[in-house]
This record gives sequence, structure tokens and C-alpha cells, in this order.
Amino acid sequence: MRIECPCCGLRDHREFDYGGDALRQRPAHNDTDIDRWSDYVFMRRNPSGLHREFWQHIYGCRQWIVVSRDTVSHQILSVCLASGAHGAGQGLERA
Amino acid sequence: MVCSLQLGLEAGQRDGRTMTKYSGFKVFAQALRNNRGWGRAWRDPDPQPAYDVIIIGGGGHGLATAYYLAKEHGIKRVAVLEKGWLGGGNLGRNTTIVRSNYMENGNTQFYEHSLKLWENLSQDLNYNVMFSQRGYLGLLHSYGQLDAGRQRVHAMKLNGIEASFLTREQVQEKAPYLDMSMNARYPILGGVLQQRAGTARHDAVAWGFARAADRQGVDIIQQCEVLGFIWKGLKIVGVETTRGDIRAPKVTSAVAGNSGVLAEKAGFQLPIESHLLQAFVTEPIKPLVNCVIASFGMLYYISQSDKGGLVLGGSLDGYNSYAQRGNLPKVEHILSIGKALMPCLSRLRILRHWGGIMDMTMDGSPIICKTPVDGFYMSAGWCYGGFKATPGAGWCLAHTIAKDEPHPLSAGYTIDRFRRGATINESGTGPVPGHH
Repeated sequence: MRIECPCCGLRDHREFDYGGDALRQRPAHNDTDIDRWSDYVFMRRNPSGLHREFWQHIYGCRQWIVVSRDTVSHQILSVCLASGAHGAGQGLERA
Repeated sequence: MVCSLQLGLEAGQRDGRTMTKYSGFKVFAQALRNNRGWGRAWRDPDPQPAYDVIIIGGGGHGLATAYYLAKEHGIKRVAVLEKGWLGGGNLGRNTTIVRSNYMENGNTQFYEHSLKLWENLSQDLNYNVMFSQRGYLGLLHSYGQLDAGRQRVHAMKLNGIEASFLTREQVQEKAPYLDMSMNARYPILGGVLQQRAGTARHDAVAWGFARAADRQGVDIIQQCEVLGFIWKGLKIVGVETTRGDIRAPKVTSAVAGNSGVLAEKAGFQLPIESHLLQAFVTEPIKPLVNCVIASFGMLYYISQSDKGGLVLGGSLDGYNSYAQRGNLPKVEHILSIGKALMPCLSRLRILRHWGGIMDMTMDGSPIICKTPVDGFYMSAGWCYGGFKATPGAGWCLAHTIAKDEPHPLSAGYTIDRFRRGATINESGTGPVPGHH
């Protein structure tokens, strides 16, 4: 599998580290709701099909990116920078 | 003898089945008849409109659950629905290792109970699952791992599970083909041995449980994929399948890597990512590896099948996958570890390699419980370790379904343990499946 890094171009997936479900919403720091934190830390979307997921180009530009990939065919539909690191998942269209 | 054989066949024909009890005499009698008298091992029924319990998934856990529901709890109106063929999922894709060398409370007792069921499984099922207690040797590669190894031995002994610590010299004596050089890529400083651990023939586990469950009256229905659930208010009361609607007051899922897909259909999320794990078998060679050898540090394991092939595997491919086929960098990674530990592997050819979908939980421990949806139960999240748990998981899930309360051995394996902060994290690595 090869991933088109927005900075470095098409690179082998071994250059990247996997970060999992990119649609999780991190609660605000002052949020004391245990369910929201529990969901954020432990629960994952786990679809058979289109999956939005974080990768980090650790052996390249070290940028975090969001990859839309089919988990059955491994076809990659789109890649974009995960800009706004604190807003993990925010601004992304909900699957 | 021939007379009793004929009686057996007649008795089988009377109730519409052709199965008889297997025995040495039966093998001998069949040999005299050119083995033409064996009937099929289980029926191929059409689904009934309703059952007491529906089990989704005809793998090891589903079949074992059906068997123990019928045998231990007298619930015999049970259907096992399998979308493909029996044992075509992870039961037929694992590396067949059975062990109980765990440290965390909640895991040790459960896996030890499972191992005890394994020790009598062939007799219990009247089917030879070829369980071979050849021992499981975990290699330790650093001084830190030596301490961890000793801790594991002590933890196991405190739980009444026999284990021994091996020095470097004892490891060398047991497995002289390992690279024992201190300059090796993975120097071997010692080992942890569980002698009661071993391997079993995984296909025979599917067939043995299927045949034994069928004899109890369970309907095993293959080529029957669950498409959705039938609801009555907020309660699940059946399933929609490719072979029609089937109703039951209790429905359970035992579908390993596809647990998340079913949970989504039932309207909730799981603390699970589905990942791909590869395994390999080499061309057959003469007896060489007489126990299971694993590397605690590198997540690598190898054993030798009775046919002579070396069966080996390693870690996950590393990202969500439902593909049941692996990537090549991981092949290179696993085989290079194998060659570093056992240089004599270098000229062996790989005969087959395959992938299975692991339902990786966020703490590395499984889930056996009632789900948030009424009428729906689940066995899931078995990570790399579902095969050894097969009888134990079936035992506990059957209890959970029959009594509507958790079995004491699996009481910690709930979905809400994550929310409550009561995770059972054997490796202590946090909510990252690839690190378990």
C-alpha cells in the first residue's frame, strides 16, 4: 500500500505510523462528562468499507494526515493534512 | 461387532441422522468394509422459523457455545448461522496455539479453565482434536525481560498454574537450533516454559464441536448470512438472513473480526478495531521443533505441525483491515525475525500464507457479555488469542445466555469495563490495538 503524502508525494506505507479513527471528537479540557471521555479514549468506528483514519509520516515530513481508505480493498480515495491538531476530527465530514 | 455397527446405523437412520459414536472398534470395523460405511458427521438442515437461541457465526466460539448450551444447560433449540463454511474464518486461520500463561486477574483463571477443558476435549466431543501438550516456551531477550519472565512464572504459580523459568543453558538444551550467540540480533537470555500448553488441530475443533452440537439437536446452518436484526421495540427478537427471517428471544454474536459490523447494525459501537494478522506454513520437514517457541519481546511464534510444516506468525499488519490478505512488508518482517532466531530456517520455502481479521480491543482482553441491546449477547474482542479460548469462551457465553448473568470466570469481560476504568490490560500499553 502506498499513501500520497500532501507534502512528500507517493510513499510506501512503511514510512507512516497508524493513528486510527479520525472522526473521534476530543471533549473540551474542562468537560467532566465521563461518557464523552470514555467514548473518545476507547470507542472506535470500525467499518468494513470507507474509513477516515489518521496516519503520521514519521519517516518523512512528520505531518499528521487524514486518509480516506477502503478497509476491504485498501483503495485510498483521498488524503489531506490533519490541520488544527487540537480539533482532531473536527471539520471533517461525519461518516 | 458387525452386528452392533449395523444396529448403530439403524438407530441413526431412525432419527434421521447417520452419525454414530466413534471408537477404535468402529475404525477397525470400517476398515473391513473399505471405509464405505461412514455417515456424514452432522446434518444440513434448513432453518426453522424460530429457535430459543440464535448464534451468529459458525466458528469455534459459536459452535462451542451451541454445544455447551445444549449439553450443560439443556437448551437444544439452537441455530448456528454461518455465512460461509464451518471453520472458514479465524478458527481455520490461526496458528493453533493453546496456553494459559497470563498474569492479570480475570485472565489467568479464565484461560486456565479453558486449558482444562482442552485437556478432556477429545473425549468430551468423541472427536480427536489432536490436542498435544508439547509445551510453550517464551524466549526472553534482555535483562528487563528476564525480570518480567520471573514475574510471569510467579504470577502463574500463585494462581495454581504450573510454569517454570529456564536459564539460557536450559533453553539451549531444549532448542539447540536457536541462535544462542550473545551477538545475535535477538540474544536469548532465558525462557518461560508452560509444559501443559501446546497445539491442537484447528479444523478438527470445528468439526468436533459441530458434530457434538448436532448430536445434541443443534441446527448448524451454513451459507446463511445475517443481513440485519428483527426488532420488537428496543429488543432484538431475531435476524434477517439470506435464507429468510429466523426468530429467537436470544441472539448472540460470535463473529470475531466482523463484530463491529454486527454491533453497528444493532446500533452501538465497540472498543474494537479490526486488524489483519498473517500466518505462514513452510514445506514439511522431519521433526525439529518439539514445542511452541515464542519470542515475548518480538511477538513471534513458531511450532511444527504433525505433517511436518513449520507454522509461524507475528504481529498485526498495523491498520484497520477486513481484507483477509496481508501486506508484503510484514511478511519480510516476520520471516526475518524467524531467521534471526533460527538460522536453519533460511532455506525453507513458505508453502502457504494467509490472513485473518482480528477484533482488537483497546485493552487486549475479550468481551463476553450481554450487550446494551436487550436480547443480544456477544463474544468478541479476542485479539490474537481466540483459538485457545474456544472451549472456555463457549462455556462462559453459554452460561451468560442461559442464566442471563455473567459466568464468574468471564465477569470482568464486559463492554462497560472501559468506561468504569476496569480494563484488563495484560501488556499495559493503553488503548492502541497495534501495541497489544
